[in-house]
Amino acid sequence: MKSSASSHVSTTNPCRMCRPMGACLAFRGIANSMVLLHGSQGCSTYMRRYISSHFNEPVDIASSSLSEKSAVYGGAANLKQGIRNVVARYSPSVLGVVTTCLTETIGDDVRQIIAALLVEEPSLREVLIVPVSAPSYSGSHMDGFHDSCVAILERLASRPIPNNGAINIFPGFISPADIRHLGRILADFQTPAIILPDFSQTLDGGISDVYRRIPVGGTSLEQIGQMAGAAFSIEFNVTSPERQSSSALLESLADVSGERLPLPIGLRNCDFFFQALSDMTLTPVPARYKEERARLLDAMVDAHKYLFGKKVAVYGDADMVLALTGFMVDVGLVPVVCASSGDGAEFTRRISEATAGLETRPAVLTETDFDRIGSGATEAGAELLVGSSKGNHIARRLDIPLLRLGFPIHDRIGAQRLLHIGYQGTINLLDRLTNTIIAQQQDEYGNGYSYM
Amino acid sequence: MSETKQEIAELCRLRDEIVESYPEKVGRNRKRHLLVKGCDAQPAIDANSRTLPGIITTRGCAFAGCKGVVLGPIKDIVNLVHGPVGCSYYSWLTRRNFARPSDSGKNFLQYCATTDMQESDIVFGGEKKLMQALREVKETLDPEAIAISATCPVGLIGDDIASVARDAEAELGIKVFAANCEGYKGVSQSVGHHIACNTLMENVVGTEAPDKTTDFDLNIFGEYNIGGDLWNIRPLLERIGYNVISTYTGDASIHDIARAPAAKLTLLMCHRSINYATQMFWDKYRLPWLKVNYIGFEQTAQSLREIAAFFGDDGLAARTEQVIATEMERIQPELEHYRRRLTGKRIILFVGGSRAHHFQHLCEELGMEIIMAGYEFAHRDDYEGRQVLDEIKDSGLSKVVKDLQFELEAGFKPRLSEAEVSAKQAELEHLMKYEGMIGDMSQGAFIVDDLNHYETGIAIRRLKPDVFCSGIKDKYVVEKMGVPSRQLHSYDYSGPYTGFEGAITFARDIDMAVSTPTIRFMTPPWRQADQDNESVNGKEAAHA
Repeated sequence: MKSSASSHVSTTNPCRMCRPMGACLAFRGIANSMVLLHGSQGCSTYMRRYISSHFNEPVDIASSSLSEKSAVYGGAANLKQGIRNVVARYSPSVLGVVTTCLTETIGDDVRQIIAALLVEEPSLREVLIVPVSAPSYSGSHMDGFHDSCVAILERLASRPIPNNGAINIFPGFISPADIRHLGRILADFQTPAIILPDFSQTLDGGISDVYRRIPVGGTSLEQIGQMAGAAFSIEFNVTSPERQSSSALLESLADVSGERLPLPIGLRNCDFFFQALSDMTLTPVPARYKEERARLLDAMVDAHKYLFGKKVAVYGDADMVLALTGFMVDVGLVPVVCASSGDGAEFTRRISEATAGLETRPAVLTETDFDRIGSGATEAGAELLVGSSKGNHIARRLDIPLLRLGFPIHDRIGAQRLLHIGYQGTINLLDRLTNTIIAQQQDEYGNGYSYM
Repeated sequence: MSETKQEIAELCRLRDEIVESYPEKVGRNRKRHLLVKGCDAQPAIDANSRTLPGIITTRGCAFAGCKGVVLGPIKDIVNLVHGPVGCSYYSWLTRRNFARPSDSGKNFLQYCATTDMQESDIVFGGEKKLMQALREVKETLDPEAIAISATCPVGLIGDDIASVARDAEAELGIKVFAANCEGYKGVSQSVGHHIACNTLMENVVGTEAPDKTTDFDLNIFGEYNIGGDLWNIRPLLERIGYNVISTYTGDASIHDIARAPAAKLTLLMCHRSINYATQMFWDKYRLPWLKVNYIGFEQTAQSLREIAAFFGDDGLAARTEQVIATEMERIQPELEHYRRRLTGKRIILFVGGSRAHHFQHLCEELGMEIIMAGYEFAHRDDYEGRQVLDEIKDSGLSKVVKDLQFELEAGFKPRLSEAEVSAKQAELEHLMKYEGMIGDMSQGAFIVDDLNHYETGIAIRRLKPDVFCSGIKDKYVVEKMGVPSRQLHSYDYSGPYTGFEGAITFARDIDMAVSTPTIRFMTPPWRQADQDNESVNGKEAAHA
């Protein structure tokens, strides 16, 4: 299926953000960390604003605030001053120094500038400064996310250390509620686990009587160091190339064997995850999760009669869309558009695998925009949209409901508390999906209320 | 509400404490941006100077000011962002500037169009891609015009977007214009406002004539229709009998902006972002401007009276009084209710480049006390009044973008002679005059430029406001510290706040903030938090 828009060089209503955004999100999951974006101050302001409105949390991101002069002569002086100031005022343990399209275009050698600064000011060696190259003119926010995780591991976990029996989990970009749920699952398997990144508290904090400019929470440096001694790694990322895989990196540098699994959304993906955990920890699946699985199955049986045959357009980050697609097929929904923010042949291949049993294959879109998603949804007669708030105008135009999921959700509250993963997260998701469709039917037929 | 000398001295000491808590160099810099009225002999403030790298500022960039603020709300054009994908994405529907379709039936505010530059465009140049993107926009969306806004890499790789715009205009048969608003220019979004005003002046303004003119033709400038603000004001003006030629740029049509020189008077709301345009309109068309304020019922009434006085028409004056009386009667009962509830509440306003001033009057009309106010990206004239303009002219940093110089356009017949305007200026307090925010503030008020999160924390702990009004980047900090907040950029999905009805909506929202039961549950029954005895270097600073 080819829409007229697909031959366009321009992008109308993009479905992806730039690399530095993903880097900001990943560093937020490191304990006592800050990010400094090396570029114009607009980058940090825009991203702070965006992350804040999704998570309803304060988000401080520093900037080297480049000017005309530094854009021409290089940003070394600004970068050095920026690092000094942010360290002086925030005392972070980790500082991600992330480039932008501006500083990539002028070609600032960030590693060299940092090295020079550390010579000038040896006290800054107490802070782990991690440079991440994030040219905004290639790839998407998810590239920035994965690259940042890899960059941190390269600095802290690049050599084998004695086995500590822990499990590493690289969850990818999921919600704070998801990360908390993962923590509980691992605790129930009674195995020490290290999750990277862990922004379950830093992007979903409470109110207490002391306000901390760097919120409590996140994976500590010691924990990240210990990842090199883990028994094994699980990474919810099957779509990125190997150089962006945290588990592959640990396997090659620190001999920690790893498995890349699909995000545990949907019954089958959850089965993979729980089976893997059980195999690796030599622990039977705890009773709680057997019950949750049974409840999910029960819910699927209850729900399928409202869902079967309904056409859905789903968009978002590759691994999320892939997991959702598989789940939808399992409950009888028909994905008609599967659109990913990133590029990748792997995404396309796996979507076609997941939808192999369908009579009509979905349109698979990569590095996409809402123009293409909209035409795909229109042509296929989609009855439901699933994805971020940015699909809102398509939903309105097609007069179909939008189930908000992914990032950003800036026109509803509670995005940080949406639980999608595990059997329980899948139950929540299934209920939301089903009720969205039922509500739409009730509105359309005007019957409103009746017993089901 | 005037503070005693002793209280002023205490505030002075607090200011010095903040300054001293910084590393010396940063402290010296920040001292010039912090002012306690009544404490310093000369109430001068440093503004529109560079934010120090690594200090967490709430400021944006030139692109944000140009595309995001000024060009963004023009509804019947497509704003095509030339650059990598992020900037267009982040500026897509992030401001709540509303619009209804223009006469042509077009409204493109929900669209985000970008050339989505890739690495090869950075290496080999993006002009061809830009040209092709312009064709695609014309073909698929068919706008009345296309504005190109540049992001950071464009200026560096040297794409000549103005010449692409000229070629595209010739080929596509619609107006195409380009703004070189690369993010690294200037010190904040403020320079982007200037670039946008210049771009509109050079490419759009004066290129069309209105179908009809009346004796009472107005422009409504510097009003962005956030949450529908314009839609509270425009109907009032039309009820009184004015004909609105153009808005600029809330709910604006590009054609109306082209016709704007035909008006007799321009009303200026946001001085910071649009004073460039009003100055150029005066130079080129001898079209005078009146500084108005629609925030606050007394302010609105005063502005309406001053507009009527400008036109000097008895019918207008009578209808103005009629409208004011009707509206005041309508809001009176609710007004009394909220005044009772809000009198004595202490408020901090940190917002924008003009808004922190606009909202002060309304707060005072409701009986509240402004204990601290400041701007994100204002210049000294917004604090101290336009009389300092000569002083700050060519002060280096602030002059990244030149003021365009215009002579009176040959053949253009101004609606009023210069002598007539001068005569009116003698009578009207706000005709082509703006006195700035500081003059209106009480002794002992704290004035702070480019406030950062560190200082926000101190302000909250030491000044103990009842409500803190700012934007989304401060909002959650403030709330985490147990103080209610209201956003004065997006209004937290509320508004409009302009005019008579808007004043009540604002009062209701502030009442909601200060009366919400939620904040009361901060301390659990099993522990009484000790929130007193904190100093600048107290609990919070210990984590810094």
